[in-house]
Amino acid sequence: MPSGTDARAGPPAIELADLAKSFGGLTALAGVSLSLHHRSRTGVVGPSGCGKTTLLQVIAGLLEADSGLVRVGDATTARRRLARCALMPQRDLLLPWRTALDNAVIALENRGVSRADARQRTQPLFEQLGLAGFERARPGQLSGGMRQRVSFLRTLMAEKDVLLLDEPFGALDSITRGQLQEWLSQAMAAVPRTVLLVTHDVDEALLLCQQVVVLSPRPGRVVQVLPGGGGFRGSRREIVTSPEFASLKKQALAAIGA
Amino acid sequence: MRDTARALPQQPPAAQRPMPSLAPPPEIPPRPAGKLARARSLLRRCWPPALIILAGLCLWELIVQLAHVPGYLLPAPSSIAADMAADWPVLEPALLVTLQEVLLGFVIAAAAGVGLAVLLHLSPVARRAVYPLLIGSQTVPIIVLAPILVILLGYGLAPKLVVVALICFFPIVVNGIDGLRSVDPELIRMMRTLDASRWAILRRVEFPAALPAVFSGLRIAATFAAIGAVFGEWSGSNQGLGYVMLAATPNLLTARIFAAIVLLTAIALLLFGVVSLLERIFVPWAPRGDRERSEPR
Repeated sequence: MPSGTDARAGPPAIELADLAKSFGGLTALAGVSLSLHHRSRTGVVGPSGCGKTTLLQVIAGLLEADSGLVRVGDATTARRRLARCALMPQRDLLLPWRTALDNAVIALENRGVSRADARQRTQPLFEQLGLAGFERARPGQLSGGMRQRVSFLRTLMAEKDVLLLDEPFGALDSITRGQLQEWLSQAMAAVPRTVLLVTHDVDEALLLCQQVVVLSPRPGRVVQVLPGGGGFRGSRREIVTSPEFASLKKQALAAIGA
Repeated sequence: MRDTARALPQQPPAAQRPMPSLAPPPEIPPRPAGKLARARSLLRRCWPPALIILAGLCLWELIVQLAHVPGYLLPAPSSIAADMAADWPVLEPALLVTLQEVLLGFVIAAAAGVGLAVLLHLSPVARRAVYPLLIGSQTVPIIVLAPILVILLGYGLAPKLVVVALICFFPIVVNGIDGLRSVDPELIRMMRTLDASRWAILRRVEFPAALPAVFSGLRIAATFAAIGAVFGEWSGSNQGLGYVMLAATPNLLTARIFAAIVLLTAIALLLFGVVSLLERIFVPWAPRGDRERSEPR
């Protein structure tokens, strides 16, 4: 996409206007409006069951909204949105019959790249993610953190402008999660993409994102959009313990009502 | 294309500040160790059924000997073994004929069964149309179809292959369809966000995920195949183990009938073993526990 840099100043990368979605009698999202800039990083937090995952699936084009506008780039139909977004699911969903490296290359293969070429293109990133030496390991032989990194790499290799991350570290212990947050913030700084990160961890959203959207309990709607600490300099430990971060967190927790 | 190069620049931030290495020390996963260990585990699994079979044979021999049961009613295991050796010139060609029928019929059933399962999986309309017929076809006893097939196809190999294939076909199709349908829908959603076409989803996710189910269908079918061959031969033939049994009956050559049964069992076990071996090769990721549970001890 050569127009990538031009679009930065242009219209928002993702635009939601009065988006509603229900399943049967259950209203998951009731009127969500949001506008995300190109290459910005936005966190979405809210109580569990507030429709965060549904929101990502609608944006990704896996679900069609009941009403309202959903636009990703210039794509408004679900089918065309699907081609623009890469969604990293909550569970790593690695295919047990593929090796770690072959799991990461699957999006390239889906687009018709030969497996050998796909492996070659993925290898440098695979090593950067600290996975060197595990190319031929089966998912069952990897630790939870490694599986999550393979899953992230698989999403990245889809080479989409929009990355939708659904609680990427939700299932991990807090130490591994901290390490992966540090790692992800570096990765996202290096990879200029529009990122929407859904999480139930306020710290995570504030740490990784430039703005944080707070959703209400079901049916979900936007309560408040807060600034995040995603632009702060320093290591994760420095940021998390800084007074600026503490005041952001206070604000966010007040908005959630926790 | 350019996107990959753009993704995570190869030197800058990463090189200045290496990503924290989270990798635990590489450890080699415990693989089933050497040949000796494998043989030992095989032995451990085999001795209980072997013991029961041996005990049963001893009891059988004892009863026949002590009660002076006439050989045409129930031959003792020893006389069956003696008969098998003596009748080998009759039994061997029959064994080869039946073995050929079983293997070819099974391969036809496997190809047709897996093919139809994929077809019905891809087209819900076809599935709704064909599935009830498929089930209905199973209510027709194959044994009554066999004579009709002989009339249609003659005395040769063809009607036997059809009977074997008909009997084996059903468990393969049903397990195949179930396997394809029970794939985790999240996996399919994941593939859709990664630009997968319908074909890519089938090939890279659904089919591999369905393989364990396909193989359990194949294993069930493997135990049916020998029955099919015997039905086929009973309906009209002049060779094969089924024919040997049929010819032996009016002559009260009971030991020969038993010898044929032993050989038929051996064919079924062989086919079952081959299918299990293929499963080990093609589904190496399946949890070992499951596989062992479904194997007869």
